[in-house]
Amino acid sequence: MGRITLRNVSKRFGEVAVIPSINLEIGDGEFVVFVGPSGCGKSTLLRLIAGLEDVSGGVIEIDGVNATGLPPAKRGLAMVFQSYALYPHMSVRRNIAFPLKMAGMDPAEIARKVEAAAAVLNLTGYLDRRPGQLSGGQRQRVAIGRAIVREPKAFLFDEPLSNLDAALRVNMRLEISELHQALKTTMIYVTHDQVEAMTMADKIVVVNQGRIEQVGSPLDLYRAPANLFVAGFIGSPKMNLIGGPEAARHGAVTMGLRPEHIDLSTSAGTWRGTVGISEHLGSDTFLRVQVEGPGMITVRTGGDSGLRHGDAVFLTPQTGRMHRFDADGKAMA
Amino acid sequence: MPDMARKTTTARKATVTALAWTVGFLIFFPVLWTFLTSFKTEGEAIAAPPSFLFFDWTVENYLTVNERSDYPRHFWNSVVIAVGSTLLGVLIAIPAAWSLAFVPGRRTRDVLMWMLSTKMMPAVGVLVPMYLIFRDTGLLDTKSGLVGVLTLVNLPIIVWMLYTYFKEIPAEILEAARMDGAGLRSEIIYVLAPMAVPGIASTILLNIILAWNEAFWTLNLAAAKAAPLTAFIASYSSPEGLFYAKLSAASTMAIAPILILGWFSQKQLVRGLTFGAVK
Amino acid sequence: MATQHSRTAARLMISPAVILLFLWMIVPLAMTLYFSFLRYNLLMPGMEEWAGFSNYRYFLTDPAFFTALRNTLVLVLGVLMITVTGGILLALLLDQPMWGQGIVRILVIAPFFVMPTVSALVWTNMFMNPVNGLFAHAAKAMGLQPYDFLAQSPLLSITLIVAWQWLPFATLILLTALQSLDSEQMEAAAMDGAGPLSRFVYITVPHLTRSITVVILIQTIFLLSVFAEILVTTNGGPGTASTTLTYLVYVQSMLQFDVGGGAAGGIVAVILANVVAIFLMRMIGRNLDA
Ligand SMILES: Nc1ncnc2c1ncn2[C@@H]1O[C@H](COP(=O)(O)OP(=O)(O)OP(=O)(O)O)[C@@H](O)[C@H]1O
Ligand SMILES: [Mg+2]
Repeated sequence: MGRITLRNVSKRFGEVAVIPSINLEIGDGEFVVFVGPSGCGKSTLLRLIAGLEDVSGGVIEIDGVNATGLPPAKRGLAMVFQSYALYPHMSVRRNIAFPLKMAGMDPAEIARKVEAAAAVLNLTGYLDRRPGQLSGGQRQRVAIGRAIVREPKAFLFDEPLSNLDAALRVNMRLEISELHQALKTTMIYVTHDQVEAMTMADKIVVVNQGRIEQVGSPLDLYRAPANLFVAGFIGSPKMNLIGGPEAARHGAVTMGLRPEHIDLSTSAGTWRGTVGISEHLGSDTFLRVQVEGPGMITVRTGGDSGLRHGDAVFLTPQTGRMHRFDADGKAMA
Repeated sequence: MPDMARKTTTARKATVTALAWTVGFLIFFPVLWTFLTSFKTEGEAIAAPPSFLFFDWTVENYLTVNERSDYPRHFWNSVVIAVGSTLLGVLIAIPAAWSLAFVPGRRTRDVLMWMLSTKMMPAVGVLVPMYLIFRDTGLLDTKSGLVGVLTLVNLPIIVWMLYTYFKEIPAEILEAARMDGAGLRSEIIYVLAPMAVPGIASTILLNIILAWNEAFWTLNLAAAKAAPLTAFIASYSSPEGLFYAKLSAASTMAIAPILILGWFSQKQLVRGLTFGAVK
Repeated sequence: MATQHSRTAARLMISPAVILLFLWMIVPLAMTLYFSFLRYNLLMPGMEEWAGFSNYRYFLTDPAFFTALRNTLVLVLGVLMITVTGGILLALLLDQPMWGQGIVRILVIAPFFVMPTVSALVWTNMFMNPVNGLFAHAAKAMGLQPYDFLAQSPLLSITLIVAWQWLPFATLILLTALQSLDSEQMEAAAMDGAGPLSRFVYITVPHLTRSITVVILIQTIFLLSVFAEILVTTNGGPGTASTTLTYLVYVQSMLQFDVGGGAAGGIVAVILANVVAIFLMRMIGRNLDA
């Protein structure tokens, strides 16, 4: 079990309302990702759920039980910290065993569970080392091991991969996803990396300035961003946002076009422009095109594009794929 | 960087070495001289010209001091008072430093500064009432009385030192313990204390040194049977006849343990005595 | 890290220390204040009576008070001057590459660990004594008249003894500060074309300033209450030539049993120390990272 409900949850630090008021329903077994720019309140939200901070108002329920006033130890949740927060003076074995020891479990049972967790996480050979003698990825796994042995109602991850190098990050991303497949336990995962959010989540919660901008599956958010903020945040490279007369022609204040939803031609099209910088990623090439009227537009094209700086090109937006936003930045039907 | 990489010439290094050793020797000389004199006879101790190494070495003085003047008891008093007040202080200070370091609030800084300011209150300002309180409660000339006073005198330093060490421990680790189901007691005993062992140890070391050498309250509140070495040695200022050698023997025994502890704790000493301002 | 739980726990955990220190500060001080308005002599128990400000009047108009004030200033400033100057020079010396640096460090730091009564006794008897002291021997060997340090310049002698005890402290702290000087910063300055002298003036000196401030602050706290060194060597004499404020109050209350007068002196000392402390705390606050 691991159903978490936030009702009108708010958080103030002194005078500053970091989280004005949030309502959120997290279902049992869901993989939920909180994503948003730095300082938007993701960690704060996670720590409120964990019980490491008090809410200033509202109610947090875990499995239908009001947990608002419970200390972290009593909530039955496990957390993996950005810095791993391993106990440096304990061996890997004792690190993983610590929550079980705190729960007063029988030593033989503890030993069995630690061995089992270590086997799952490929840590068997490292059980007697200290955290200081492990690589970043291994430390990460120990932190996860420490979380899973308790069989918590839900896992809370706060940017767990941000200290790893790019290759390892991809690996650990897969491992955590696999872990979720295997355990089927609720996971709440905080990141500011929208690629992590898109690839791992069942449900993405986009947070901005302490407010939830949109909740939905990765594809929902990609296909139908509820507002300008989500539109700009989800998708890489960013959606082209065009204002002025071009947007007005389509009855919107702002018009959004993803780079992959623009057709490119050297002979004819809606807009005429000049290629500026091109980024070659191998499989794709992203061109920055200076267009009269709409301005600078990013376009995706094939990896073998021969276009160069200064070449003249024509762009045609795929009409069905266009997003339209009103004066408040809300998506229009 | 030609300047940086320039090899120090051997001649220069030799000059510096000679100079530094000379200065070091001069500064250390009184201690050395005390040590040497403690092995002389009283006659040799005041002989002119004084002999430096070539005298009849004797341990007579140590035996006399130990037999005749209750030296062991005063030594023991020093141990009890220094160690007792330090441990008591650390016991009170660990929870306080935990609060200051890990649950900082608007007034944390004020509390720390206020604690420090109690160190600045001149002891004479409260000498009379302390003397009277001690007299009226029967604490005068008792070890427990001195343990109490020295605990209070050094408490601000102990809190400050522990605070600077605790500050270096990431709060996330304690939060992890809390998530792992540890209560406050377990959090401190299993996680904070073991991680802070080096810091706690050096705090203890430095405070034993300070308490061992404290010489205002010990001189005023414990003149006789509970007198630690500071007060006992002071009574050597007025004996009859020859006493340099015996004074030296008593002094050597009084400072040797602390000299050894002190040499081990040089680094922590800086940090402790500057309240973490210099590390 | 701040839930109601942890804040409550924090308040609970800090309260023993705070309550104890509060009592330690307030109870005896209140008593001193009370006594300072009484005519109260331990030799005449039961004769206490209200005295108004007369204790203060006596204490503040006593010529010994001014001598003591002056002596306190001379002692504190004298020791500060010797130790800070000596400390800087020694730290710069010890920071140079040499053989056996660790041992020299140990030799230099030693006096700090010698208990005040021992160092006072050793210096007075074995070095400064006009008959048997080492200095007297040296003077005679050179055909000079031995100098009676403690009789002829008692305050200077005590200043020297105390300076010997605190020189290691200043040296050690300044040396630590020198060694913590970021070598990359030095290298960057060298890259920028700064010679050894300008590196010293523009990098080393500003870096040391902070530590020197700390040394002054902390030594002042301890030096204002120098006591054992005076008690053991001169007893404040001859006359009041080496009596400091601390010692004067001690004499009044513990030797003359004049509780009222001693208490008034104590309050004066507290007020003066507070003036210094307020000034020091301002600076210290800027130099300590609380
Ligand atoms: N203890 C605190 N006291 C005051 N303000 C705080 C505190 N903790 C966080 N804040 C503020 O709350 C806001 C949200 O912080 P939070 O750590 O939740 O951001 P975040 O979304 O996790 O950012 P990041 O991606 O950088 O980790 C920030 O503006 C931060 O300055
Ligand atoms: Mg964060």
